[in-house]
Amino acid sequence: MHRKEESGETGVPWRPRIVAFFCNWCTYTAADLAGVSRMKYAPNTRIIRVMCSGRIDPQFVLDAFTEGADGVLIGGCHPGDCHYSEGNYKALRRYHLLRRVLTGMGIDERRFRLEWISASEGDKVKQVINEMVEQLQQLGPLDLPAERMRLDSELEEMRPRRSVIDISEELKEAAHV
Amino acid sequence: MSEKPKIGLYWCASCGGCEESVVDLAEDILGVVEVVDIVFWPVAMDFKRADVEAMEDGSITATLINGAVRTSEQEEMVRLLRRKSAVVIAYGSCAHLGGIPGLANQFDREQILRYVYEEAPTVSNEAGTRPSTEHRFNGDRATLPSFHHAVRALDQVIDVDYYIPGCAPTPKLLKQAVEALLTGALPPKGSVIAPDIALCEECPRKDSKPEDLHIERFHRPHAVMADPDTCLLAQGIVCMGPATRGGCEALCIKGNMPCTGCFGPTSRVRDQGAKILSSVAASIDAEEEADIIATLETIPDPIGTFYRYGLPGSFLRKSLSQSS
Repeated sequence: MHRKEESGETGVPWRPRIVAFFCNWCTYTAADLAGVSRMKYAPNTRIIRVMCSGRIDPQFVLDAFTEGADGVLIGGCHPGDCHYSEGNYKALRRYHLLRRVLTGMGIDERRFRLEWISASEGDKVKQVINEMVEQLQQLGPLDLPAERMRLDSELEEMRPRRSVIDISEELKEAAHV
Repeated sequence: MSEKPKIGLYWCASCGGCEESVVDLAEDILGVVEVVDIVFWPVAMDFKRADVEAMEDGSITATLINGAVRTSEQEEMVRLLRRKSAVVIAYGSCAHLGGIPGLANQFDREQILRYVYEEAPTVSNEAGTRPSTEHRFNGDRATLPSFHHAVRALDQVIDVDYYIPGCAPTPKLLKQAVEALLTGALPPKGSVIAPDIALCEECPRKDSKPEDLHIERFHRPHAVMADPDTCLLAQGIVCMGPATRGGCEALCIKGNMPCTGCFGPTSRVRDQGAKILSSVAASIDAEEEADIIATLETIPDPIGTFYRYGLPGSFLRKSLSQSS
């Protein structure tokens, strides 16, 4: 893997990008609390609110990495506290199996993290994100889009990337998506 | 010259099973050859690349290409056939999503070559000789295609109009596709020509699938005697049915073997492996972290299990050279 410490054109130092999926009831509320409490933490995270950590399809995680995330963070309610009773257990099971797939594909396991953060734990949001940013700084960029471009440069002609769900408009209509 | 529609068939990185499936049309193939001209089919008929090059661009009505793309020769051939064909159909799992050869994307080119030519127990190659793309001897020159760094599904190399899934596709699906082609009743471009439902929908054991699964441990199919009437997932056997497109009429299930996913995902799913991983993991019984990990350990090879036919077509496509 090549490591670019600066994004070539602009000369702006590279900073890790984290995509975070936070559940509506606990971790997102905690992030909100961190915000209103004016806690300062690393600005590298794009938070996506989902209703429950059990709603986080492993496809979301893979998509985030494929689109250029350096790390993915999942935040849910502590065991026993899930608003929907067991969504967080499902998230935990999926996390452990997906982690094995990711490491098998050469992605360092420190890039994928799951944390239980309750609505009152604004300080834990701050601590987890700061820690993860620091770790990703050490690991360097993942940059899968660049990796894919490099791989496809061996082809006579580059193919455009597949869209997320590669189906025609008519099919989409038929499938109600 | 006849005015019959022209059909081409070609193979890339594949096992030959897809070619067999064409022959499996049995006597129906006679009906097909009555109404079409097969203009290129290296496995069965004597045509050369030069014959294809001599054809007019777009003059082949449809070409069915099976196999994944791994070498420079395969890449050249599929680009040539793309130019010469009005319609290109990715035929079978390997052309559709990368197939079994796509599992090689877990490794680097160098790892593969080193193992095959040096480290495999059956190899004796003290000089460490490897095939080269060009060799000169006594004034003669021999060449070989180059070996790409990754296995690719057909649509990662050329534009593909339709997909016929399966390892191998069933004769019934092939017949339907040929009929659609001949009558012009083709679905929208990009369609997979098979039902857009999960295999569970057509599974004869559908009624025995519990609402909630509580899997305590997974069993590999060779290690248990599976009950022939009960949902395999309910018996702790990883069955790809929930995340796999139907259309095979549950052939493996009828043989008391789990679905391994060769038809790929339905149109709403981008990454079949992630989808079945999600479903299987959520269905386990354990709640404590250590128990969860222990249960999941009973799936020894998650990538080979969930991405058996679709690693190149998945989000991650290929493993990274070094862990990063």
